[in-house]
Amino acid sequence: MKIIVCMKRVVDTETRVKIAPDGVSIDTGGVQYITAPYDEMAVEKAIQLRDAAGEGTVTVLTVGPAEATKELRTAMAMGADDAVHVVAPDRLGAEPTAAALAAAIKERAPDLVLCGKQATDEDDAAVGPMLAAALGLPCVAFVHGLSVEGGAAIAEREIDGETEILDVALPALFTAQKGLAEARYPGLKGIMAAKKKPLANADLVDAPERTALTALELPPARAAMQAIDPTADGMQTLLTALRNEKKVL
Amino acid sequence: MADILLYLEVTQGPDGAALKKPAAEVATAGRALADATGGRVVALVPGDVADAASQLGTYGVDAVLTAGGGDRYLLDAHTAAVEAAIEKVSPRAVLLAATVIGKELGAFVAGRREMALLGDVVSVAMDGDAVTAVKPKFAGKALARLRAEGPAVVSVRPNAIPPVESAREAAAEALDVAAGEARVKVREVVPAKEQKLELTEADVIVSGGRGMGGPENWNLILDLAGALKAANGASRAVVDAGWRPHSEQVGQTGKTVSPKLYVACGISGAIQHLAGMSSSKVIVAINKDPEAPIFKVADYGIVGDVHEVLPLLTEAAKGFV
Repeated sequence: MKIIVCMKRVVDTETRVKIAPDGVSIDTGGVQYITAPYDEMAVEKAIQLRDAAGEGTVTVLTVGPAEATKELRTAMAMGADDAVHVVAPDRLGAEPTAAALAAAIKERAPDLVLCGKQATDEDDAAVGPMLAAALGLPCVAFVHGLSVEGGAAIAEREIDGETEILDVALPALFTAQKGLAEARYPGLKGIMAAKKKPLANADLVDAPERTALTALELPPARAAMQAIDPTADGMQTLLTALRNEKKVL
Repeated sequence: MADILLYLEVTQGPDGAALKKPAAEVATAGRALADATGGRVVALVPGDVADAASQLGTYGVDAVLTAGGGDRYLLDAHTAAVEAAIEKVSPRAVLLAATVIGKELGAFVAGRREMALLGDVVSVAMDGDAVTAVKPKFAGKALARLRAEGPAVVSVRPNAIPPVESAREAAAEALDVAAGEARVKVREVVPAKEQKLELTEADVIVSGGRGMGGPENWNLILDLAGALKAANGASRAVVDAGWRPHSEQVGQTGKTVSPKLYVACGISGAIQHLAGMSSSKVIVAINKDPEAPIFKVADYGIVGDVHEVLPLLTEAAKGFV
């Protein structure tokens, strides 16, 4: 079983966002980078599926700046077998990213492609389904459960509180929702082994950006807080304000 | 005279197929675009919703295309329906709700049709011939202004656009959709255990954090949620500790919500959590630590012990809602 996991280097979710002077990006001074959390879950799930099958390979693939090699090595330290890096400018949009991933995946003909449901910077949740469309694969996004039996996958996901259990013919693409797997911390042995695992480069294909980001702004500041007494009278005051002033009840 | 196409989700209720709550919001957004382009609003309804045309006419829809017949959502089948509608209408933009279904279908269709994708937007407009939108990035820590010159798929965040009535007579017409190969099949559907109210679509959310003390105290959250007719959520700390299921997590690695009212109980307000809920219209915070960061985003703050305050609030709410 050949599994490819698409991952993205993003700013840490604990980052306090400041807008850069260019007005279209964030100030990256002093910012820490991580693998997008949902992508990390996808990497972990791929390793678990390979190990459960007792055969196969896990290839991690990223489209991003040269520094993203670090996150690829971390994924290999977790247990991925090899890595492919499409070196690309930071902040590439969903459409060219999906095109670049598709070009790198096509020739490798995987049985399974996994992505995180969304990167925690752009929050588009777009690349997974777009990539499936480009590869002509069936797609199930937002899965919190996935297993493979006899050449087909069984996926679970939640829609409106209900859990759907789906049979999916392989090859197919899935995107990871929280609950799919909890990423392991790479051990020292894994970190040492990762240094010798193969890391290939692939070319960025020319694909148009169909959506332009014209400005990035901080959200408007919220109004000052009103203190409410922790008493029965306080609760009446609160509910009255919520109903009559704010009109939310 | 470019038309706007809507894809509206259908749910199977006790009285048969019905439109889901965001339909009126998506229709309102579509009407505003069509008024700018001078075109019509055409809504694709994938199911047998009895009075779809009259319901949608209220919110400015000019024509309804029906497809399928109460079938459960499947990506390939609904992609075929959207593509058949696109062929028929040649829309300037395709609008849908930014739900699990809408995000999957929207991005898939945008990829197949080589259309721009404006995903999970909180507002959308025409600027000349271009479609523009505002969407939160970094889980709401920043807002991006987007612009697409060509045909675009736009997914609209639930609860972001208030429905506006704009009554007209809409006629329904069946859309011919060729059935394709079913690559994904539904094996089983497990019904919702506790709540059917989807967090991202709820008007009111009551969320609990580590300050609740333990899962055994969750009845305080559920009681207040019941009294306020609210959905219930949880912080990451609570979910990671196994007190509550992943599906209830609000925050950057959970669900991003923007209800009318968000009540944070025993939640300190880690930046991770704030990112997922700070676009709520009104925020009430209850925490015993007056320095808790949650009070920085709260409209109303109660410094007190949740174990004492929540029963008082629940009791008072029973007489209000």
